[in-house]
Amino acid sequence: MLRNDATKLSLILLMTPFILWIVLLIILPQLGIGYLSLREKLGPNDYKFGFANYVDFLQEPIYWNTLLRTAWMSILVTILSLFVGFPIAYYIAKIARRRSRAALFLLCLIPLWVSDLVRAFGWIVLLRETGIISGALQSVGLIEGPVELLYNDVTVVIGLIYTVVLFMIVPLVSTLDGMDNSLLEAGYNLGGSRFTVFRMIVVPYAMPGIVAGCIITFMLTAGSYLTPILLGGKNSMWFTEQIYDQFITRYNWEAGSTFGVLLLVFTSFVVWLGLRLTGQNLASTVAKD
Amino acid sequence: MNKMKLLATVSALVAITGTASQAETLRLLTWGGYAPDEVVRLFEEKYPDIDVEVTFSNNEEMIAKLRATRGAGFDLAQPSHDRIYAAQLEYGIYKPLDLSQIDTSVMQDGLLKSVKDNTTIDGEVYAVPHQWGTSGLMADITKAPDINSWDDLCDPEYKGRTSMRLRRTILLGMAFSMGKDPFAAYGDLAEYQKIMDEVTEKLIACKGNIKTYWSGGDDLSNLMLSGEVVASETWDSTAYKLYGEDANIVFVPPETGALAWIDTFAIPAKGEADDAAYKWINFVLQPEIVTMMSASTGALASVKGSIDLLPDDKKAAVKAAFDDAAIENLKFFVNIPAGIEDIEGKSLERIKAASQ
Amino acid sequence: MLPLRAAPARKESLMFDLESDKITKRFGTFTAVKDVSFEVPSGSFFSILGPSGCGKTTLMRIIAGFETPSEGDIRIKGKSVLGSAPNKRNVKMVFQHLALFPMMNIGENIAYGLKCRGENRTDIKRKVTAVLDRIGLPGVEEKHVSQLSGGQKQRVAIARCMVLEPDVLLLDEPLGALDLKLREHMKIELKQLQHQFDTTFLYITHDQSEALVMSDNVAVMNAGRFEQIGPPEELYNAPKSAFVAGFVGDSNRFSGKVSAISGGEARITLANGQEVLAGIDDKALFLGAKVDVFVRPEAIFITRREKAAADSPQTLLKGVVDSLLFNGANSRVLVRLEDSSLVEVDHRIGQGEDRFNKGEAVLLGWEMHAGQCFAAKG
Repeated sequence: MLRNDATKLSLILLMTPFILWIVLLIILPQLGIGYLSLREKLGPNDYKFGFANYVDFLQEPIYWNTLLRTAWMSILVTILSLFVGFPIAYYIAKIARRRSRAALFLLCLIPLWVSDLVRAFGWIVLLRETGIISGALQSVGLIEGPVELLYNDVTVVIGLIYTVVLFMIVPLVSTLDGMDNSLLEAGYNLGGSRFTVFRMIVVPYAMPGIVAGCIITFMLTAGSYLTPILLGGKNSMWFTEQIYDQFITRYNWEAGSTFGVLLLVFTSFVVWLGLRLTGQNLASTVAKD
Repeated sequence: MNKMKLLATVSALVAITGTASQAETLRLLTWGGYAPDEVVRLFEEKYPDIDVEVTFSNNEEMIAKLRATRGAGFDLAQPSHDRIYAAQLEYGIYKPLDLSQIDTSVMQDGLLKSVKDNTTIDGEVYAVPHQWGTSGLMADITKAPDINSWDDLCDPEYKGRTSMRLRRTILLGMAFSMGKDPFAAYGDLAEYQKIMDEVTEKLIACKGNIKTYWSGGDDLSNLMLSGEVVASETWDSTAYKLYGEDANIVFVPPETGALAWIDTFAIPAKGEADDAAYKWINFVLQPEIVTMMSASTGALASVKGSIDLLPDDKKAAVKAAFDDAAIENLKFFVNIPAGIEDIEGKSLERIKAASQ
Repeated sequence: MLPLRAAPARKESLMFDLESDKITKRFGTFTAVKDVSFEVPSGSFFSILGPSGCGKTTLMRIIAGFETPSEGDIRIKGKSVLGSAPNKRNVKMVFQHLALFPMMNIGENIAYGLKCRGENRTDIKRKVTAVLDRIGLPGVEEKHVSQLSGGQKQRVAIARCMVLEPDVLLLDEPLGALDLKLREHMKIELKQLQHQFDTTFLYITHDQSEALVMSDNVAVMNAGRFEQIGPPEELYNAPKSAFVAGFVGDSNRFSGKVSAISGGEARITLANGQEVLAGIDDKALFLGAKVDVFVRPEAIFITRREKAAADSPQTLLKGVVDSLLFNGANSRVLVRLEDSSLVEVDHRIGQGEDRFNKGEAVLLGWEMHAGQCFAAKG
């Protein structure tokens, strides 16, 4: 009896931080945001309950265009991250020696040691018109005059890939690491070419990791703020910036909350769609034991 | 006036640790540069039982923070004079000042009157002036000698070589340069909408001419010093600082008049250290502190004879920029009535979203 | 039904499905496989038996094409395959942990190789169904790998290779992961499958009983070399080296010096002064050479000392029963000799003998040719 109580107590103690975290930092703020988004502002200190903020969103092409643009570019970043991250993850998990694996992993982590802001400034120093790359290209004679590499979508995509690719690599390495080499050898032995083995064995095996990585990178990208704004400059147009503008510069918390809810719903929808298309589910990927 | 954003964690920390200690704590919500370490040190020496904690922010974030807590978490804030009235009416985030506690005799009468007029609600005064400055133009005179109007930033001669901050200042400046008076239209939202529509069109057409929109003083300084940008909308303080590094970069008051703002002292509604706040206000208005403060902010204090209290390099920069006529021509920001910021916000969004 | 191998090819008498010609493999300074040559006749079951680390897995990987030999040649059906990539060799492999693809169901696993070969859908479906019938698991196509038992997985792994009609099937200790009971069962089943498919099997194991039970021929491998190749009975009854004598089957080992040689017989004096007799094949043995004598437990007679008869075998050792090891038909008596070494002897209960009791004084003896004598190492 005593023992049983002690077990119960320790279970409660273990669960408490998790439940507090979920309730206080995730559920309550979301409810607050949801509530705010349903308040229509009639005048100073005068509100009524309704869906006007959502209607406003749909009626303003700038808003939903920005959301679609953000989603589309996030998908692009996710796909490119997969292409960049997969060979790296494969090398770390399957080709590199055990000993150098930790070092390689650490190398991938280094970008996380500095803040988003510093990383973005790093890119600015490299890519600006009077920056290092432009200068180097001029000094080797590849280009005549200075060239501006900032403030366009390509730069934004590259900067975002740099920021999120690690979150693609980690789940990939952990799934690929669990793959027995004999599966590959069996694949060759039974007559598969490199491509067949990759397509029919490696990719299906890594699918939970691929999907988990894609979900994480997509969510991170769609929710990122500094990188697209600093690298995109006058043409950045990222949905999080709209949210910031509504909350901060326009004092319009109701619209900001509406946008927040819409971003959450929309990105969740994209993830759901992605899972449906790849025939995976959350339990088999992100929550994989 | 080096406006910079600081991480929210700082303010969270300030809020958490604010009340506990035995000594009184003065929690300051202000602009970057408005609380230089040296001044804080001298203040704490004079009042050993007061600790000063500083959070750097800007107008929008100051109001957003105070609104989120309904005026709690800070003991003294420094928004611009046109950001008091509407915010107080709508959110009630400030408390009235006890003017008897402040030595207003040292303040320039015009500025004091202007701030009082703008921030009086039901006979109560909510703010007094601290520093003032202007927004105008900045140009490298060797590369862009002809800049003297807001719309010169859209001159194709400088294509890809100009910059501006995509905020309300440029909307107002551009309206003036188009021969409108946006402040006069504040009372008539339809009229104001019309003006803003024209300004928006102009700025969208201008977008291709702009290299990028700057977002902070450091950002702008880099663009100017590297020569990537030769002319820009600017805060005068940033221009003065750059003048110190490169005498070719000068502040140019636009021909329609530089737009003048006054940063004020206001006490948040749930401030817990009013005495300390008043002590700080009086302390930083002393002449020797004013000099230190201006060296750090680059802006002019609202005390009498403030130009003479500037450090020498800043004095030279101000004199290079302003003559008496330009000072006469200053356009002070006017209180923003409700609805205006919505119109402006929509305009800014349209400009940002437009492809060049 | 699977189309059977064309009969005429099998009739060519000198046709070997697999030949290894002086294969050597070095990793840096370490030589894993030294000068190994052997031939596997069509349709036979050939095992390579050796302790772990002896190089047998390397040899198998060379045959499969995952490693390139430093010297020598591998021929399949008479043609060298060294120039062919692993996926081009008609040698299929059953891996130690089977390597069934976990993301495919059973049918897809078996169809994989056929798909790689580019066969059409209807053929694939037909062949998959046929091979599953053949291994006694009809209709499991849709099942997931994890739904099968260990033995069923084993059969699927073999079927996955056999559906491709390989020239040689390699099996890399495939029974290692199974529990004992199942392993015993699978030994027999494997042998039957081999008969059924009529394909050449090359089986690698460290378990001598697996090798002996299933194989037509066994090669005993040690430290990168083949010690002896031959049918199981030959290895058991006529080992050619001390290693084979010790490794294949159970043996008691006695160390001593040759004190007399006459014809095929040697008299050996053990360390404790007792003498034993053994047959010798090795011409290099000389008087006074240090030797080991190996005697199988079942070749040793055990009698109570007081009953010792005059017509007892030539060799007689005195000892005391130390303990009894009951294991059904394989029960043993453990006898401690005077020099305190232990000897295992078969305990033939119910063959007119009483049970022995602990502490009883006994005599041990064996027929002269039951003892195998080899020069001692070191």
